[in-house]
Amino acid sequence: MSNPYAKLPGWAEYGLIPLINLVVAFLVAGLVVLLVGENPLNAAYHMINGAFGRGEYIGFTLYYATTFIFTGLSVAVAFHAGLFNIGSEGQAYIGGIGVALACLWLDKTMPWFVVFPLAIIGSAFFGAMWAFLPGWLQAKRGSHVVITTIMFNFIASSLMVYLLTKVLKPLGQMAPQTRTFEAGGQLPKLDWLMSIFGLNLGNSPFNVSFLLALLAAFGVWVLIWRTKLGYEMRTMGHSPSAARYAGIGEARITVIVMMISGGLAGMMALNPIMGEQYRMQLDFVQGAGFVGIAVALMGRSHPAGIIPAAVLFGMLYQGGAEIAFEMPSISRDMIVIIQGLVILFAGALENMFRPAIGRAFAGIGRRSAVAAQTRGA
Amino acid sequence: MDLFHTIIAILESTIRVSVPLIFAALAGLFTERAGVFDIGLEGKMLGAAFAAGAVAAVTGNVMMGLMAAVLISVLLSLVHGYASITQRGSQIVSGVAINFIVAGSTVILGEAWFRQGGRTPALSGDARFQTVTLPFADAVRDVPFLGPIYSELLSGHFILTYVAFALVPFSWWVLYRTRFGLRLRAVGENPSAVDTAGISVIWLRYRAVICCGILCGFAGAYLSLAMSAGFVKGMTAGKGYIALAALIFAKWRPVNIMLACLLFGFLDAFAIRLQGNPLPLIGQVPVQLMQALPYILTVILLAGFIGKAIPPKAGGIPYVKER
Repeated sequence: MSNPYAKLPGWAEYGLIPLINLVVAFLVAGLVVLLVGENPLNAAYHMINGAFGRGEYIGFTLYYATTFIFTGLSVAVAFHAGLFNIGSEGQAYIGGIGVALACLWLDKTMPWFVVFPLAIIGSAFFGAMWAFLPGWLQAKRGSHVVITTIMFNFIASSLMVYLLTKVLKPLGQMAPQTRTFEAGGQLPKLDWLMSIFGLNLGNSPFNVSFLLALLAAFGVWVLIWRTKLGYEMRTMGHSPSAARYAGIGEARITVIVMMISGGLAGMMALNPIMGEQYRMQLDFVQGAGFVGIAVALMGRSHPAGIIPAAVLFGMLYQGGAEIAFEMPSISRDMIVIIQGLVILFAGALENMFRPAIGRAFAGIGRRSAVAAQTRGA
Repeated sequence: MDLFHTIIAILESTIRVSVPLIFAALAGLFTERAGVFDIGLEGKMLGAAFAAGAVAAVTGNVMMGLMAAVLISVLLSLVHGYASITQRGSQIVSGVAINFIVAGSTVILGEAWFRQGGRTPALSGDARFQTVTLPFADAVRDVPFLGPIYSELLSGHFILTYVAFALVPFSWWVLYRTRFGLRLRAVGENPSAVDTAGISVIWLRYRAVICCGILCGFAGAYLSLAMSAGFVKGMTAGKGYIALAALIFAKWRPVNIMLACLLFGFLDAFAIRLQGNPLPLIGQVPVQLMQALPYILTVILLAGFIGKAIPPKAGGIPYVKER
């Protein structure tokens, strides 16, 4: 496919364009705030204060960011191979089974650092298995991964309602959730990390899984830009026919990529289950899988972009709660709008401002060339 | 006789829950046949339901509500069209975005305007669709067998219900018997051929997207003006995705769409009826399994185990004129 747009310098491509898209998304969100009859600037102030004003708030922001790093990476890995995994939501939900099983099994006898690796393996395994089927169905039977993963999200949610109400719920309890884990199923908080910066974590659930998320981000970078598999993935993402011509097994890559993507999504379950609730509840994912789509688009599918994008969405989630508290007419659903707008402007309309910026750059380039010429003469 | 009445009751609620699915799936049929995939059916339906509920509550007029629903839904469709046809963005991403924007804004605006926890005020009288009694429905009620079928199953629905079923043959006629339909199908299979014939691919796709908006508007209006008396937040509850599943399950054909929607509607109605009652021979079936069945069936179909669902060939690919 020919590239209809002028090539831009790297900082404009990866910095300026996402920034402009983001600013437009926020401006439109500001319009909604105006429509509701509140002051958007006040809302922005409450949001930033609510997200970063205190150590505890920062802890919450980073707690949410941890979740979104995992789901963002999950979506991004699939993007690189030209696959759109809308199923991170369901894969994360199913990944929770792995975490819950490891914790329920060993939490009374083992310390957390023994349970944690098992829970990681469990969550990644269950998440990967839930993504394996859509991947395999696309690779072998030609059913499109977008549709199957949407369907699998719904199937996952029905399955989890069944498991939590009939199987994993302790006897004599009403709420559809597992029992609360003992010490072995509880991840330590990162208060030492925060105290380096002189901040007090307070009640926030900022925990060790954040470090795992950073590690996963690094792992994804290595995978995509430093391994043979990553090279094959990118080739397939850029041009499936070129990949086929180069003898890259499309079916194999599709299945593997979907499983990696599902595994990353599944690992997201560690953060809320072992890091905050200490039990698996109904609907613990709370749309984080879909936030992952926005995060991956915002971060241009690069781990170095995904981490700040995840922090941004963490800020929206934590700061959004603060806005809801200060301005009762703006509930947390405002975040859902912003999320949608970011997906629209950074994803579907990513090329809207590109021609104008390209022209601006071309103009500057020509002028400086002319200037150089006149100086030379 | 008791069993007979139970069956009639289940079928009656099957029809009731199938109607929004039929509208939405037919809406999807128009865009997808023109090569624009749309997973934003859910969002458009929700936005339409909200607009219908809000406007009907304020004006007290059901037709104003319906018009507002169609208007909002068409506007959302145009956003999708602008992103995916004009800007050549990803159709899937655009659909996802619309779903989120609508899910959030209906709650925020509903709460700001009506302050009822994301609901719109309850509708009554002229602000809501009334059921229609077909002629002689009361007279033939006592006729054995056929009487209840006519007076309970076929009569006593909302006008929109009859519109939905009438739209099935109408869509078939538009798609397969008019010039517009032929071109619309062609643009979904081979847009460059259509372009070579001197017909604007862009304008055709926009028209398809507008058709989709109108039908989604009807689906949303049915939810908040007929099925319930007002808008409740998140009231589509995945119906847009079920409609999408039905569209695929029906292999993008109008009559099959009606049957698929009725099947999925039946599963829904049956699951509600089944709650707590064990099924003969099989025993207790988990409700969740029944709820997941439409999705499972669609996955199995897509995998090619029940025939093969082949989507329109140019679906999902933005059209680029040669440079």
